[in-house]
Amino acid sequence: MAALMGVMKRVSTIFRSKANKALDKMEDPRETLDYSYQTQLELLQKVRRGVADVATSRKRVELQMNQVQQSSDKLDRQARDALAAGREDLAREALSRKASVQSQLTDLSTQYASLQGEEEKLTAASQRLQAKVDAFRVRKETIKATYTAAEATTRINEVFTGISEEMSDVGLAIQRAEDKTEQMKARAGAIDELMASGALSDALGGAPHDDIQAELDRMGGGHSVDLELERMKAELAGGSAPKQIAGSAGPANGGQQAGTSFPAEQPRTEEVQ
Amino acid sequence: MIIRIMGEGQLQLDEKAVEELNLLDSKLEAAVEGSDEAAFGLALQALLDRARALGTALPPDAIEPSGLILPREGATIAEVRELLSDGGLIPG
Repeated sequence: MAALMGVMKRVSTIFRSKANKALDKMEDPRETLDYSYQTQLELLQKVRRGVADVATSRKRVELQMNQVQQSSDKLDRQARDALAAGREDLAREALSRKASVQSQLTDLSTQYASLQGEEEKLTAASQRLQAKVDAFRVRKETIKATYTAAEATTRINEVFTGISEEMSDVGLAIQRAEDKTEQMKARAGAIDELMASGALSDALGGAPHDDIQAELDRMGGGHSVDLELERMKAELAGGSAPKQIAGSAGPANGGQQAGTSFPAEQPRTEEVQ
Repeated sequence: MIIRIMGEGQLQLDEKAVEELNLLDSKLEAAVEGSDEAAFGLALQALLDRARALGTALPPDAIEPSGLILPREGATIAEVRELLSDGGLIPG
């Protein structure tokens, strides 16, 4: 049958025959109306739950986007700190992690937009269905009050086929939205795991193994010990070192100061860094 | 004639508009037969654009069967094949 009929017509024919099959099962076509109305109410519930699920999923992605953004900001700060301390290797590592965090962010933005689109479509579908279900309830009562079973058949056929088509459409939209939220849950779970493992370091301070920060902290500690040692040495030596290096001995030179001698009064300002 | 764009709702079209859509639909059908996803995407978009331009939206509380049903925007060939094989439809 296919070739000359066209896609649009074939889909419409299939929807119709589906509705007709359901109609044929009923002894009294008027019963079909009550039965269909129940199914419509169930579908309305389902589409509303669908909207809520998509919204929840969207909010979760939004939350993750914030976390990932904070993570990216933190890695950026760490790269600067590392560079200031003369550790280009560490800065490079931080920036390469930032790049991978940024690609997560791009990915999440795409997911967010897609969920938002799905939410809008499903909300509109829910409103359309609500309007039709309300109209159906009124028409159902009119038909039952006005016509005998035999007379009602044609009218019922029309309204039933119409509402069935809408329900099929909404049903498919719900299914699609469900598939999408399922995929999204899986992705969100994967990102949460990455965060927990520290691969995406959690800027909220909860990351268990932030090795870049650990290294920066360790360097900071080592630095002040070195400075302390230098200060003591200088004190013991009588404090006669020249003053001109004082200002240049900033944190940028890090722990490489070991051999330099400081004037006695200078290191105090260094320690506050 | 009343047509439905899946996921969007129903539109009222005159016969001339329907003829135009049928021409576009034959391209869509050829793409499905030839499993040509790129051509399918283009044909579907063209079909939907024309349908939206030519049609007038039915009121939301209308309960009418459609003479023609167009796949949703962004649908794939696989999705259309499933529609045509009667899969996934909810009986009323």
